[in-house]
Amino acid sequence: MAVKSVIEAVREALREEMQRDPTVFVMGEDVGARGGVFLATQGLVEEFGEDRIIDTPLAEASIMGIALGAAFRGQRAIPEIQFSDFVWPSVNQLIGEAARTCYGTNGAVQVPMTVRIPYGGGIRGGLFHSQNVETHFFHTPGLKVVTPCTPYDAKGLLKSAIRDNNPVVFLEHKKTYRLVRGEVPEGEYTLPIGQADVKRPGSNITVVSYGLTLHYCLEAANEVSAEGIDVEVVDLRTLSPLDKDTILSSVRKTGKLLIAHEDNVTGGIGAEIAALVADEAFEYLDGPIARVCGPDVPTMPFAQTLEDAYIPDTAKITAALRRLSAY
Amino acid sequence: MPPRKPRARVNARINGGAAVADTPSALPGGIPGGLSAEDLSDFYRRMVHCRTIDERIWALNRQGKVPIAASSQGHEAAQLGSLLAAEKDGNCFLFPYYRDLALKFAAGLTAEQVMRSFMGKAGDPYSNGRQFPLQGADLPRNIIQISNVVAAGLTQSVGYAMACKMRGEDTVALVYFGDGASSQGETHEAMNFASVHKLPVVFICENNRYAISVPQRKQMGIEEIASRAAGYGFPGFTIDGMDFIACYEATREAITHARSQGPVLLEMQVERFMSHTTDDDDRRYRPADEVEQARLRDPLITLGNILLEQGIMTQQEIDAVAADALAAVDSATDIADDASPPDVSTLHYMVYSG
Repeated sequence: MAVKSVIEAVREALREEMQRDPTVFVMGEDVGARGGVFLATQGLVEEFGEDRIIDTPLAEASIMGIALGAAFRGQRAIPEIQFSDFVWPSVNQLIGEAARTCYGTNGAVQVPMTVRIPYGGGIRGGLFHSQNVETHFFHTPGLKVVTPCTPYDAKGLLKSAIRDNNPVVFLEHKKTYRLVRGEVPEGEYTLPIGQADVKRPGSNITVVSYGLTLHYCLEAANEVSAEGIDVEVVDLRTLSPLDKDTILSSVRKTGKLLIAHEDNVTGGIGAEIAALVADEAFEYLDGPIARVCGPDVPTMPFAQTLEDAYIPDTAKITAALRRLSAY
Repeated sequence: MPPRKPRARVNARINGGAAVADTPSALPGGIPGGLSAEDLSDFYRRMVHCRTIDERIWALNRQGKVPIAASSQGHEAAQLGSLLAAEKDGNCFLFPYYRDLALKFAAGLTAEQVMRSFMGKAGDPYSNGRQFPLQGADLPRNIIQISNVVAAGLTQSVGYAMACKMRGEDTVALVYFGDGASSQGETHEAMNFASVHKLPVVFICENNRYAISVPQRKQMGIEEIASRAAGYGFPGFTIDGMDFIACYEATREAITHARSQGPVLLEMQVERFMSHTTDDDDRRYRPADEVEQARLRDPLITLGNILLEQGIMTQQEIDAVAADALAAVDSATDIADDASPPDVSTLHYMVYSG
């Protein structure tokens, strides 16, 4: 199997789906000749032409609204928001309109739209190139939210997202684009949306995470394994719909739960998972439910010291695992 | 074009028996080409049904049976004139807005379907009782209106038109909005993108000069919204939106232009006869005689006069149309009133498409 980066896997998924289905098209800022600022669409305008790889004006509300309208007519739209931080002008079309289209038309109108959004920090992006936006979409019924963290998952899940008839928010952690490499099989495969993946089996503590933080969790698990702490790492891969079964069965096995994510702690995905486990696996718990998450500041700051202080990294997760293990 | 004055008693119940006056012919050149006598009588009949159900819905709100309604009264010539153009074209897709009750009804719903929608009953054709009345989609009649967030439908209509073009279809999108929505950023973004790609979109602004209570002079520094089209590089026209035939002709030409050359903006200057919605009281912000004056230009009366003048219908036939509409609305009201609400089991239905 070939080893590829996350960004290469994303590009491969886009190309294969565009070859496979003539209704698939991409629109966004700089996606044409520039190939996207992260080069996710590099080479695609040459292969598919300007009618299917559409360079748009710098106007996110219309990128989302126009993609949505095209989806109403059955085109498989892939709007790209250049950075998650720029999604806010388009949020009415995404949360207000797209998420409510199927429900609000009693199922008459479908939305085959995959919104690709590079998100997250750790790249010295400051307040407006580092944001974690996932909780807002996670909170919204009608949207699916996917957050792969490996090249294999990114390709298989993006292909499934494009084929889905619901609006999918496809969040790509931008620090994983070139940092994370892995094997990607040749040829066609898809991965189901809505299924978590146990990235590391273990018996003492369950760690639930996603995105870049998932890799920090794996590092932390390796570190504490020398101390006899056997950690199971669950990669959510899809935030919505949440794979409750995988989370619950892991916690029922280990009796302890740590949730780690880069997004702010308050009202975040970790809070929802904690509530889920308290509701449905309370009697299996041998310790408090722990969270290692971004603090409640607007976004990770620009200065290196402040960014480091924000990020839920391997050291913070390791410390939390040790605390939890002591119960 | 000067406003036409009422000449005939079209519907005493509706207009309070406006007096017949001797005024110059409304159609000195006869019926314009492309329109038949049948078109005019058909759309007159539809307009009377729209007005009758609109008035009934307002009354039902006061009786506690309709939670909310936005009236089309005063906008009917714009909505139905453009609808006739779309029907004659045969390949248009409509993105209405919240004040387009007449458009949506006249596009082919039954009075009963409309009443079920306004009362939130099962069988609401747009959303089965999830949304505000007649909001959602009526795909059999080529209509989508997802929300009442103003201007959200503009970018969507542009995307729809782009998709049709990608698929090699000849569809023209007609998107309706008010003067209020013309202030939204998405209106600019939609028009700009449509211009860049020369997309087949007809932007129809029903300008009644009020965004709820805020008058046009506080909304914009220009007199005519149509003048904005020049800034996007496509044509814009201001039309007497109380004139059914003018609205038809302008839309017909705009559809042809849109299909071959790209977007058009039509500003149809209309009058809002009622408050913004049933929850509003426009006496707080409109001059006392403004609506009274506006009603002298009632499109229902104007079109009725044309039918009489051209000998297309007799006064007896016009009276019969009103009686038929009343009977249809009475029956629809009774059926919808007795109809079941949506079953609570449907609460979780279709959050996602299967």
